[in-house]
Amino acid sequence: MFCVEAKGERMPVQRIDLPQGTLDLLILRTLALGPQHGWAVSERVQQMSSDVLQIQQGSLYPALHRLERRGWIKARWGTSENNRRAKYYELTKTGHRQLEAEKDAWEKLTAAVAQVLGTA
Amino acid sequence: MLCDLFIRIRSLFFRGAVEGELDEELRFHLEHQVEKYIRSGLTREEAVRRTRIEFGGLDQVKEHCREARGVRFVETLAQDARYGLCMLGKSPGFTAVAVLTLALGIGANAVVFSLLNGLVLRPINVPGGKDIYQIEQGKEPSQSYPNYLDIRDRNRAFDGVAAYEIERAGLDTNGTPDPIWIYETSGNYFDMLRVQPFLGRFFHLSDEHGFNSSPYLVLSYGYWQSHFQGDRGVIGRVVRLNRHVYSIAGVAPPDFRGTEIFYSPDVFAPIVDQEQIEGLNSLTDRGNNTTWLVGRLKSGVTVSQAKADLDSIAAVLIKAYPKNDEGLHFALGRPGLVGDALGGPVRAFVAALMLLAGLILLAACANLGSLFSARAADRWREVALRLALGSSRGRILRQLLTEAVLVSLGGAALGIAGSIALLRALSAWQPIPDSPINVPVSPDAMTYVFALLLALLSGLLFGLIPVRQVMRANPYQGIKQGSDALAGMRRLSVRDVLLALQIALCAVLVTSSLVAVRGMVRSLHSNFGFDPRNAMQVDTDLSMSGYSGDQLPVVQRRLLEAVSGIPGVTAAGIANRVPLNLGWTGSSVYQDSTTDYRPSNKAADAIQYSVSPGYFEAAKTALLAGRTITWDDSKDATRVGVVNREFARKVFGSEQNAIGRFFKVGGGTRVEVVGIVEDGKYKTLSEDPQPAMFLSLLQSPSKHTCLLVRSNRGPEDLGPALERTLNGLNTGLPFTISTWDRELGTALFAARAASLALGVLGGLGAMLAVTGIFGLGAYTVSKRLRELGIRIALGARRKEVLAAALGRVFRLLTFGSAAGLLLGLAATKLLSFIVYQATPYDPLVLAGVVLTMLLLGLLAACIPAQRALSADPLILLRED
Repeated sequence: MFCVEAKGERMPVQRIDLPQGTLDLLILRTLALGPQHGWAVSERVQQMSSDVLQIQQGSLYPALHRLERRGWIKARWGTSENNRRAKYYELTKTGHRQLEAEKDAWEKLTAAVAQVLGTA
Repeated sequence: MLCDLFIRIRSLFFRGAVEGELDEELRFHLEHQVEKYIRSGLTREEAVRRTRIEFGGLDQVKEHCREARGVRFVETLAQDARYGLCMLGKSPGFTAVAVLTLALGIGANAVVFSLLNGLVLRPINVPGGKDIYQIEQGKEPSQSYPNYLDIRDRNRAFDGVAAYEIERAGLDTNGTPDPIWIYETSGNYFDMLRVQPFLGRFFHLSDEHGFNSSPYLVLSYGYWQSHFQGDRGVIGRVVRLNRHVYSIAGVAPPDFRGTEIFYSPDVFAPIVDQEQIEGLNSLTDRGNNTTWLVGRLKSGVTVSQAKADLDSIAAVLIKAYPKNDEGLHFALGRPGLVGDALGGPVRAFVAALMLLAGLILLAACANLGSLFSARAADRWREVALRLALGSSRGRILRQLLTEAVLVSLGGAALGIAGSIALLRALSAWQPIPDSPINVPVSPDAMTYVFALLLALLSGLLFGLIPVRQVMRANPYQGIKQGSDALAGMRRLSVRDVLLALQIALCAVLVTSSLVAVRGMVRSLHSNFGFDPRNAMQVDTDLSMSGYSGDQLPVVQRRLLEAVSGIPGVTAAGIANRVPLNLGWTGSSVYQDSTTDYRPSNKAADAIQYSVSPGYFEAAKTALLAGRTITWDDSKDATRVGVVNREFARKVFGSEQNAIGRFFKVGGGTRVEVVGIVEDGKYKTLSEDPQPAMFLSLLQSPSKHTCLLVRSNRGPEDLGPALERTLNGLNTGLPFTISTWDRELGTALFAARAASLALGVLGGLGAMLAVTGIFGLGAYTVSKRLRELGIRIALGARRKEVLAAALGRVFRLLTFGSAAGLLLGLAATKLLSFIVYQATPYDPLVLAGVVLTMLLLGLLAACIPAQRALSADPLILLRED
């Protein structure tokens, strides 16, 4: 579970519990573009979602560690653009497969929900 | 999932490195974010602030990362345990009470479970012991030896059937015989049980060549140690058993105590030598049921198949020997407790004890549950703070449970230690002097596992009681209002229910122990049909010095005359055994007109004694009509007997016309009734009136010699005089001298043990009730101290303050006690099987229970009440 907040609305805090694994999907999708460190992942997610989704940055790391433990991503230490030591994550083979599967499932789900909402 | 395992292991064992990496990774993120904001034009301070807000609590994130890496369980456990110990250490009083309460509960259960394990669950201690069965006759354990031989040779269900009898004998290694207990066993006894000798060899079936043919003895390990100092050269040594020459063949292994749990023998001797050893041979008499049988079931044969096999043997025997075996029926029982004769009551009693011990533990858990929930309420502010700081409810619950389990483990350790000490003492205890009876119940691994499981279970049980409280918790309320958030007294809280439950359980225990104790006291003051006070008892067995046949009455008369000459002795008499001693002799009695002596024709089953002149005076058994036995009732005179009232009623229809009439005993011997004496207790205290007959010792001689001496001198004075006189006769006999009162302990043993056990459990229950009431009382008062102070300031009277402070506790006490009393009354019906005259419908018992519970309540409420009354409004109002 992680929290997103609609941008601009600070108070009262409107918290939505997104389905388990949605953050995982976003992370996997981001890493599919190439190895990244944590900060870059969070920036990229924000960028790609046109700043609509803002991940509470703290919840990103437990998700990364969880994905690593599952073997979908792997970590190695590298050097960042400004010559700092940074932990880079990249997608593994099973991670790629997982991404495809989850994307597929997500698309089916949203299509179905959209259809229901459209016809109602 | 190799990757998963690797990460877990790395996180667990290279914790430093992993933590360092986590730090570095998060720092990297934060620095980048700050830089990003500075680049967008914010001041450094503002950038840091926004970064922190966006990121969330650093420690929480780290915690979630650790959790995600999957090592949290072990780490958390260690952390919780450390924290728990710290918190428990902060309130040593609470911890001590909790640990002690649980130690009592667990200890009681460990002891009772050891009893259950030692006496009921554990099969007898031989290889493949679970296949060993006792072959009984109906509900009696004894068979005749000829029937044994038939069972041994005709059965197809057993790998072997062995016979044994328990006897006293004198073992003579250097002159004077030492009185010992022996098992006379069949030759196949050890082979059937598959026991291996510790030293030397056992005797076997092949050593038996007819009666008195097998001059070998096997020593028990204990006797070898205590009387031969573990000398290995003892094998082949020649000794005398009741004056007959035997050689020591071997020593039994240390853990082999024979096939009866309570009776461990000193020596094993061949049963075929019975005539030699006992001076008479009952092995040829099919009507003489004195032998106990154990058999090993063949593998693959079921119990019901074995029963069918035995049934077919019984059918054959009934046809062949209708006189003795009419109605013969074999049954299979568990070995070790004299078949089902003792096994039934022992098993029922131990099961009842187990139930009570379970109730004790339940009461202890209820007690601890209310303690823990009071504590959780007191720690409300701490819990609220931790929730507010981001701890999860689950984590807090786990923390509370860890504390509960820590307490329960502490309690278990203490309880087990205590129970080990108690069980060691119990195993070493010899409740009856000069007899090999003891209770071997050393704790084993089963006991420890059981106690540990119980501890964990009860820890979880009482640890879970405050759960609802925590789940309901709202941190904002908690921090704003402090501990008072929960103090709003609801109509009936969990704690109230627990206390009422606990008091009810304690009342059950107190009721049953009072019923038992009261029954004991009554039975001690009931009429035994004799008076054990101011009398001494001297036991010996004439066969130990080799006397037999016509010598017996001569020696007995010499003993009697010598003892009667001691100054101060008012009466002395000899009997083959005295009432309420271990065992008895039962005989079938027939009407004088009967000629066919088959079991169905008998007029009564009477307990048979052989007594000398002077016996009734020495025993103080009142003669109601006729005369007692005299020296003229000798071998050549008419056979005479004195009977009790029940005998007269049962055989002759009334007491009036019994004198001068005849009855017949086994084999058709006619006996004339010359006197009638009062009824008494013969086998057990709880028996119904039994017919009994006292025959002339001269006409029915016995080697068992029980000399009763009544005098007006004290036992410490008379004892040495008796010893000098008897040893001065140079009979070579060993004598056991004690007071009759002390010997009577045997008959009262079961009732005494039961009352003791129930008394201890009742005491435990009472202690738990006190701590429970005290706990809730003290807690209520401390919660409402401010309110009470205000009441006092406004002029409330002492009575009103007390009613406000403790009224609720006393209402619970009353309700719980009433419920417990009713339950207890229902439960004590069970008790009346063991404890004589244990009736709960006794005003004294009822009053006792009510009074006890009231006293316990007052005792427990004393300190909280003091505190309530001394509430000083000034100090209290200043405090908060």
